[in-house]
Amino acid sequence: MAPKRALIVDDSRSMRQMVSFTLKEAGFEVLEAEHGQDALDKLRGQKLGVIVTDLNMPVMDGINFIRKARGTPEARFLPILILTTESQQEKKIEAKAAGATGWIVKPFEPEKLIQTIQKVMG
Amino acid sequence: MTTAITETAQYMTFKLGDELFAINVAQVREVLEVSQITRIPTAPEYMRGVVNVRGKAIPVVDLRLKFGLPKGQATVHTRIVVIELEMDGEVTVVGGVADSVHEVIELEPSHINPPPTIASRWRTDLIRGMGRRGEDFIIILDINAIFSSDALALVKQSSFSAEEVAVS
Amino acid sequence: MPAPNPAETFLVEAEDLLTQIEESALELEVNQPGGECVHRLFRAFHTIKGSGAMFGFEAVAEFTHGVETTLDRYRTENLPVTAELVETVLSAKDEIKRLLEGKPAAKEWAIGIRLHPDVLKNGTNPRLLLDELAELGECQVRAHWDAVPALAAIDVHSCYVHWDARLRTEKAVEAIRDVFIFVEDGSEIRIGEAKAKEVAESARQVVTAKPAAAESTVRVPASKLDRLVNLVGELVMNQSRLSQATAGMGAPELAAPVEEIERLVGELRETVLGIRMMPIGVTFHRFKRLVHDLSAELGKEIDLVTEGAETELDKTVLDQLGDPLVHLIRNSVDHGIESGEQRRAAGKAGRGTIRLAARHMGSNVVVTIEDDGRGLNPEAIRGKAIERGLIGAEAALSEREIFQLIFLPGFSMAKEVTSVSGRGVGMDVVKRQVEALRGSVNIASTLGKGTVISLTLPLTLAIIDGLLVEIGGDQFIAPMAVVTENVELHRGDRAKNNGRNVVAVRGELIPYLYLRELFSIEGEEPEIEKIVIVRHEEQRVGLVVDRVLGSHQTVIQSLGTFYRNIDMVSGATIMGDGRVALILNMAGLVQLASQRLRTEH
Repeated sequence: MAPKRALIVDDSRSMRQMVSFTLKEAGFEVLEAEHGQDALDKLRGQKLGVIVTDLNMPVMDGINFIRKARGTPEARFLPILILTTESQQEKKIEAKAAGATGWIVKPFEPEKLIQTIQKVMG
Repeated sequence: MTTAITETAQYMTFKLGDELFAINVAQVREVLEVSQITRIPTAPEYMRGVVNVRGKAIPVVDLRLKFGLPKGQATVHTRIVVIELEMDGEVTVVGGVADSVHEVIELEPSHINPPPTIASRWRTDLIRGMGRRGEDFIIILDINAIFSSDALALVKQSSFSAEEVAVS
Repeated sequence: MPAPNPAETFLVEAEDLLTQIEESALELEVNQPGGECVHRLFRAFHTIKGSGAMFGFEAVAEFTHGVETTLDRYRTENLPVTAELVETVLSAKDEIKRLLEGKPAAKEWAIGIRLHPDVLKNGTNPRLLLDELAELGECQVRAHWDAVPALAAIDVHSCYVHWDARLRTEKAVEAIRDVFIFVEDGSEIRIGEAKAKEVAESARQVVTAKPAAAESTVRVPASKLDRLVNLVGELVMNQSRLSQATAGMGAPELAAPVEEIERLVGELRETVLGIRMMPIGVTFHRFKRLVHDLSAELGKEIDLVTEGAETELDKTVLDQLGDPLVHLIRNSVDHGIESGEQRRAAGKAGRGTIRLAARHMGSNVVVTIEDDGRGLNPEAIRGKAIERGLIGAEAALSEREIFQLIFLPGFSMAKEVTSVSGRGVGMDVVKRQVEALRGSVNIASTLGKGTVISLTLPLTLAIIDGLLVEIGGDQFIAPMAVVTENVELHRGDRAKNNGRNVVAVRGELIPYLYLRELFSIEGEEPEIEKIVIVRHEEQRVGLVVDRVLGSHQTVIQSLGTFYRNIDMVSGATIMGDGRVALILNMAGLVQLASQRLRTEH
């Protein structure tokens, strides 16, 4: 059983707050990171169940983060969802190639987020 | 754990000493006569060096030493089997030195026994099964598992320990 | 748990982002590629769009989308910044601010004015109408003369001219209609909203208009470029085969064309490798924010100064340089620069400086990370190394050698783990990453003054100039960039040094490695051998070989995962005659030489 712990990576405070609240309501324990590098630092030694990441972020963007995260023992096999504003096929393919498990297009309803997360966590 | 073989497939057979081994032909790229092997300084003995295969430097491994068998002598029959492996999720090409290379055979699953778990000379986690052909047994290798393992032995109980081979 | 109000959080966040946007826009330099600044702008607008749409600011999101699209083009194509772009960004920022504050949004209206031909006869002055319109906001009017007939046909009392106006105003549409209230009959007045899209459209025209002046560019997938480099590699290989074959034939009619092919292939190689060259500044830019964030986290005041951002490096080298640089800069921020109080107590300025610089040096690029922090304490490092069992308590080491100890695996200077420098990743990883790029790391430090770490990197990883040498029947290649000279070694001289492998070159004693022995190559050495002197990380070492065969254009192939633990060679190359020659790994060899020297002492 995957732990109900999620890491949210987004440079937007309001997005983090919203995703975090939604997940906490669904019984998740939530860690937050502001960008990819921050997330890499924060996931060290953590037992997570899922990672939800934005793509456009300072310092390290989502694609790079996913690529690097896939090289860590903590996140190698974790479901990683991307949050994207555009349903651009290109970005999705790039993210998929980097190791993303699925995506959610912003704006989204909180229920949709929970459903998608439950789907990828099995 | 290696999965059981459920489909009829073609295997390339080769010999090391008296033992006949088989690799699924899907993993064999080509068979070369032994040309000049460039030795890599300070590499363990079983890593024989690199050869030029159509403009690419391909690492060559002595299969006898890798399997924990005694060292052999090069003869006119010695061949390099160029094998495609999956290591750490990437396709790697490696040459394996075999005493001689024999025909390609087709084996049905019904002619393959699972690796014997007891009283076997071989490490069962590195072989996929024992093929039968008349009176002969053919050891079907899990070549990915063999090269992913650092161990220098396919033989379980042998007078040659891995250490001895590695330092010789 | 009370539900938070993300909309409120968003308003605060958007306020910050708008400030950032303004700062970044002012930082943009006209006619220069926007670099990280444009990335930052893009990200800020992107966040406003994404989060805005999420929390009920659809109008903001819709408006921002157009600006974002424009910035995305500047960003992905690295276009030079235009003055119009700066203006567009600034006014977009103002517009978003207005939208967020819920003020009646200033809208842009497109107005078509076609007055009845007889209006002049009623005493109407069209100019007064247009003036009145302009008073409502920012207004641009364009007159159309196409309906004016030839002079002889003109009726001076008729109005032949019509106008198009663009008006940006917060006033309602009724205010615009009121202007034309007396001329409505028989006139055609069209008032329509100019969409945010059209605003972006005009911004986009700004984008497309500019590159015509600059050089036109084509975007190519990196994989195609890699394929091209590989093909050139094979071409170089075959060309050297051809040269070798014809040289042995003694056919004068072949000599000239073969020489010409050699020249062309050389030029092709330079050109193709040049395509992959990218300015290092692309990586530099991201460090400004890194330093800013980290120093804020630690409560330190640190400036990052960059130099030589235009220095070019092969993309493959550049891609792999980010990690070690991040690590080194983090180290400087975390351990190098002291806190403000500590600095002032030491008589230094409260603000620390980290200087990140790149410059060309021969066929290498040297990247230095310099801080004016506390510097390294050789005694402390020495003590730690003894404690860790890395050196004996009596080891006599120079300061340089002591500094090198921090690159050993298992050596970590930090007394405690902080979130900034990460956990358990030491300088050994940096060294390994740099050496994987065929580079080297050097360190210099003065206690209390600061530390300089320099990374020497090859311009490219694909093809190098090599010096081909031979031992027994085996051929090896030393990167030409590290070779300083060759000297002879007579059999008699070797005996004289009592087996101590050092040679005097212009007064300096240089340790040498006897490669034949080290590599267990069979056979007997010639009467006179050659010592190839190489320099790696400020250290000179001699490599004894049988013969020096000359320079060789070397197409580097990796030895792959099988030989990743072999320290003495770093790759292979296929020679003209099909044989494989190995590329010597200077880092491994020099390290071995200094170890031997230390044990001999």
